[in-house]
Amino acid sequence: MSVRSRRLVGGGLTAATGAAAALAIGLLAVILWDVGRGGWARLSWEFLVSAPREGMTEGGIFPAIYGTALMTLLMTVAVLPVGVLTAVYLHEYAPPASRLAGLVRAAVTNLAGVPSIVFGLFGLGFFIQFVGRAMDRALNGGELRFGQPALIWAALTLAVLTLPVVIVSTEEALRAVPRDLRDASLALGATRSQTVARVVLPGALPGILTGAILAVARGAGEVAPILFTGVAYFLPDLPRTPWSQFMHLGYHTYVLATQSPDVEATRPILYATVLVLLVLTFALNGVALVIRSRTRGRAASAS
Amino acid sequence: MLAPRPAPRSSRVPDALVRPAAGAVSPESAIRRRQMREAAIEGVVTLVALTGIAAVALIFVFVGREALPILTDPSVHAEASFSRMFLPQVVREGRPAAFLWQPVSAVPKLSMIPLFVGTLKVTAVALALAVPVGIAAALFTSEFAPRRLRELLKPGIEMLAGIPSVVLGFFGLMVLATWLQSAFGFSSRLNAVVAGVAMALAVVPVVFTVSEDALTAVPRSYREASLALGATRWETAFKVVLPAAAPGVLAAVVLGFGRCIGETMIVLMASGNAAITSWTFGDSVRTLSATIAAEMGEVVFGGAHYAVLFFIGVELFLFTFVLNGVAAAFMRRLVRKMSGAAA
Repeated sequence: MSVRSRRLVGGGLTAATGAAAALAIGLLAVILWDVGRGGWARLSWEFLVSAPREGMTEGGIFPAIYGTALMTLLMTVAVLPVGVLTAVYLHEYAPPASRLAGLVRAAVTNLAGVPSIVFGLFGLGFFIQFVGRAMDRALNGGELRFGQPALIWAALTLAVLTLPVVIVSTEEALRAVPRDLRDASLALGATRSQTVARVVLPGALPGILTGAILAVARGAGEVAPILFTGVAYFLPDLPRTPWSQFMHLGYHTYVLATQSPDVEATRPILYATVLVLLVLTFALNGVALVIRSRTRGRAASAS
Repeated sequence: MLAPRPAPRSSRVPDALVRPAAGAVSPESAIRRRQMREAAIEGVVTLVALTGIAAVALIFVFVGREALPILTDPSVHAEASFSRMFLPQVVREGRPAAFLWQPVSAVPKLSMIPLFVGTLKVTAVALALAVPVGIAAALFTSEFAPRRLRELLKPGIEMLAGIPSVVLGFFGLMVLATWLQSAFGFSSRLNAVVAGVAMALAVVPVVFTVSEDALTAVPRSYREASLALGATRWETAFKVVLPAAAPGVLAAVVLGFGRCIGETMIVLMASGNAAITSWTFGDSVRTLSATIAAEMGEVVFGGAHYAVLFFIGVELFLFTFVLNGVAAAFMRRLVRKMSGAAA
């Protein structure tokens, strides 16, 4: 090839890859612009703090925000200890080249790849049909109370789904804690568990927080796993116990978008709901990103 | 802060060897207690770490358990045997045998084939768009983009990955469907192309992130050697770096494929949900995942339809399990290749 044609081909290919990158970012911009434009007008304080009225064509989305927050909180309480301890095992306790650790890692990778709808089936088959029914037989004389869709089952299902997120980011955070600190602590006579609890985990706290926030962002946006495990389209009351059903921003979006009797009337509310959901997930992801980049900077300067 | 609570008198070494006086806390037993506590903590941590393995096993067992009546329950088996699910069935005398998914009718027809075809059509559209765009964008980011632009592109695509799939489904339903219909004149507004394009938005970040990681893992020495031999930057990128990172890029494609098969909300909202066995991309389609999501709410518990929906879940689980295994094998190959190169 002549120098000129090599330049031309090279320029063309570089431009093509640049165009692909621009396309991806452009589509992101289009989505944000469309949702922002469509949702901004309807968004108000009133919208955030009031309940839906007139068959979802009036009022706000407070119960959906409340349900999402409550479910995510329960999920975090369930997933955080398990995820953090698993990462502690993988990074602090497991011997190098441990078979068991390899198996745990493979399981976590696979768990991360299981389709979200399968988690929904799992929640229904395991938590509701198996655990819930067993609790009914044991505690409630066989009457149906626990063995039906509920806030707690949805939260636990999502806890299983977000487990890999927490494990992966906690392990990354543990890796960033310098070895010297562990050695110093052990040399001073601290036991392994004391070193982990008082030196390693405090040092890894920002990274663990990042993992928790990423899990919350993921959990708040997932709809498929909660379809059969606890979400409801409309409830007159806020959920009072973990055994109540709940409303959810993502499910609210789905219902408004697909099952509205009057598309034009619900459109502004639909857009505003999507805007709230997007702002929520982006804010959470953004916070996680900031914490992560700050800790990475610190780890780099420390070593 | 770091100091452990020392056992009394433990500073004098010989004490540990001397038999303690009766009633006093012996250093020996204090040490033993401490060791036991440590062992107990290690045991608990290890036990908790098994949760991940238990979760995968329980998912398989409990989704499988609800699907099991297909094999064991004669009445369920009569409606949903493997031949009924996978071979063409004669519905009415005189009509040609066909694949039909009509779970709620006088004679339920539970053929998997329309759902497979639907899933494949959406996946084909999504991958045809997302694979080239994702790989090209990754190549641009790792090889051509100036550093400042790279610092913008990566978080940008991460943002795209952070959009909940229900929002992408909403975008497909409200915006893309209208655009694509006016561009291509589809007869049904929601179809495989609309769902595929919306799905591509979810798959591009997957393909991008994994390929970008693979491309950045290629050692600098490869690029320097290529450039020193007189190759241009694009020649280096396409003929040296991309082939070197090939296993990782393949893993990216496989993971993208897995995401397509399992993704639910996007197809549930943007595909039209009609179980039609045709190869026309403008027709409405119903995918495996969307079928579960749409029908589980109204199903009779314990019936054939219920078992078949769980059976679809087993299929999805197994597909993604295999795809993850393939992707992991590719990644191992990449790591081996790169660590061999660095040595």
